Amino acid sequence: MTSFTIPPTGLRFENIDKRYGGLYALRRVSFEIASGECAVLAGRNGSGKTTLLRIAGQIVRPTHGKLSFPGHTAGSDGNPRPGYVGHSTMVYDELSAEENLLLFAKLQKVESPAERAENLLREVGLFERRTSLVRTFSRGMRQRVAIARALIHRPSVLLLDEPATGLDPLGITWLANSLRELNRAGCTVVMSLHGESEISALATRAVRLDVGSVVADTKTGTSLREILTFGSA
Amino acid sequence: MSLLSNTTVLLGKELRTEFRSRELLTTTVVFILVVLILFSFAISPTTEESREFGPGLLWLAILFAASLMLQPCFLREQNNDTLSSLRLAVSDPFSIFLAKLAANTLFLMVTELIMLPFFAVFYNVPVLPEFSWLIVVLFLGSLGISIAGTALSAISAQARMRELLLPLLLLPLLTPVLVVSATVTVSLFDREPIVKGKGIAFLAVFDVVFLTVLWLFGEYLLEE
Repeated sequence: MTSFTIPPTGLRFENIDKRYGGLYALRRVSFEIASGECAVLAGRNGSGKTTLLRIAGQIVRPTHGKLSFPGHTAGSDGNPRPGYVGHSTMVYDELSAEENLLLFAKLQKVESPAERAENLLREVGLFERRTSLVRTFSRGMRQRVAIARALIHRPSVLLLDEPATGLDPLGITWLANSLRELNRAGCTVVMSLHGESEISALATRAVRLDVGSVVADTKTGTSLREILTFGSA
Repeated sequence: MSLLSNTTVLLGKELRTEFRSRELLTTTVVFILVVLILFSFAISPTTEESREFGPGLLWLAILFAASLMLQPCFLREQNNDTLSSLRLAVSDPFSIFLAKLAANTLFLMVTELIMLPFFAVFYNVPVLPEFSWLIVVLFLGSLGISIAGTALSAISAQARMRELLLPLLLLPLLTPVLVVSATVTVSLFDREPIVKGKGIAFLAVFDVVFLTVLWLFGEYLLEE
C-alpha cells in the first residue's frame, strides 16, 4: 500500500458552528491538523464528533465558520476529496463488492479502475467474494468494503467515524496496519474512537469534544492517554 | 466531459440495481395495467368517448405510476447513506440528478410501451396512425414528470412525512404538463389526427425550464 506518495494536505477548522434548528451540534470549533498527522477525535456520544467529520468530508455545510485544506494544491476543483468511512457503509447492497469499488473508482477517475479495485479487494480479504452482492455480507465484511471504497482514490485526507465497528480482532489488526502504512505514505488520518485500542495507538494527536466544543487537545498540553481514556472506568 | 461520463456511470448503476431487484418496473407495470383495466370496466366507454376521455385516463394512470416510481428514487440512497458517498465522488452533483431522471424517464417509457397495446384493446383506440408523434408526446410528458418528480423526490426523501409529501407537491406542479399532454394526445387519437405543435412545444419548453432550474439549484436539494 505504500508504493505511492500522497500530496501533503492538512485540515483547518476556523470558528465552525453547526446548528440543527435551535440545537448547536458544534460551537466555535477551531483547530488545525497538520498534514501527515494521525488525529483522534474523542468524546461522549452526542459530543459532535460525527458532525465535525461530516463537515471535514464536505458532506455537511457548517452554519458558520470555514473549513480549509492547507497544503492542498493538486486538482482543479478546489478542495480535495477526502476518503470517508461513516456509520453507514455508504455502498450499495444490490451491487457486488467489485461493482461497488468499480463504480466509485470510475466516478473519481481512478487510473486503471479494475486493477485498483482488484488490489484493494485482495488487501481487505474479499477477493474470493468479489462477485457476491454486498447484501449477502456480514457486518464486518461490509465494513471492509466501506473502507476499501474510501481508499479507492488514494485520498490525501482520510476521515473515519468509529472505523472498527463490526470488525473482528483480525480485521482490527488489518485496519491498524493499513492506516499505519497510509499515514506513513503521507495521508492525513482523522478518526473518531472510543477508548484505547490497537487503532488509537497510531494517534499522534488527540482532540476531545464535549457538547460541540473542543475541551482538550494534546497541542495544549493534555496527554494523549488522558484524552483517549476520559470517561472510561 | 466529467458530467457526461459521471452521468453514464451512474445511469449504469441505476439500471443495474433496478434490473437486479425489478422493484420499480414490476410494481408500476402491474399498477398501471390494473388502473387502466378498472377504468375501462367502470366506465365502459364507446369508441367516441374513448377517443375523448381515454387520453385523460391514460395520463392519470401514468401520473399514478410515476408517483409510485419516483418515491423510492432518493429514498433508496438513504438506506446506507450512499447519497453521501456519491456526493463525495462526483465533481458535479447535477450528474446524480441527470442519471436518476434519465433512468426514471426510461422506466416510465418502458411501462408506457407495455401499457399501450392494452390501452388500445380495452379502449378501442387506434394508437398506430400517429404512433411516432404519440411516442414524442409520451417522451416529452414523461421527461417533464421525471424532471419535476426527481427534484421533489430529493426534497421529500429528507422530510418527515415523505410518503405524503411527494404526491402532494407533484400533483399541482405537474398539472400543466398533464393537461397539455392529454390535450395533444386527444388530438392524435382523433378520427382525423392533428399534431398540435404548440402543445408539443410547450412540453419541450417545460422540460428545458425545469431542467435548467434543477441544474442551477439541484446541489442545494442534496444537502442535509
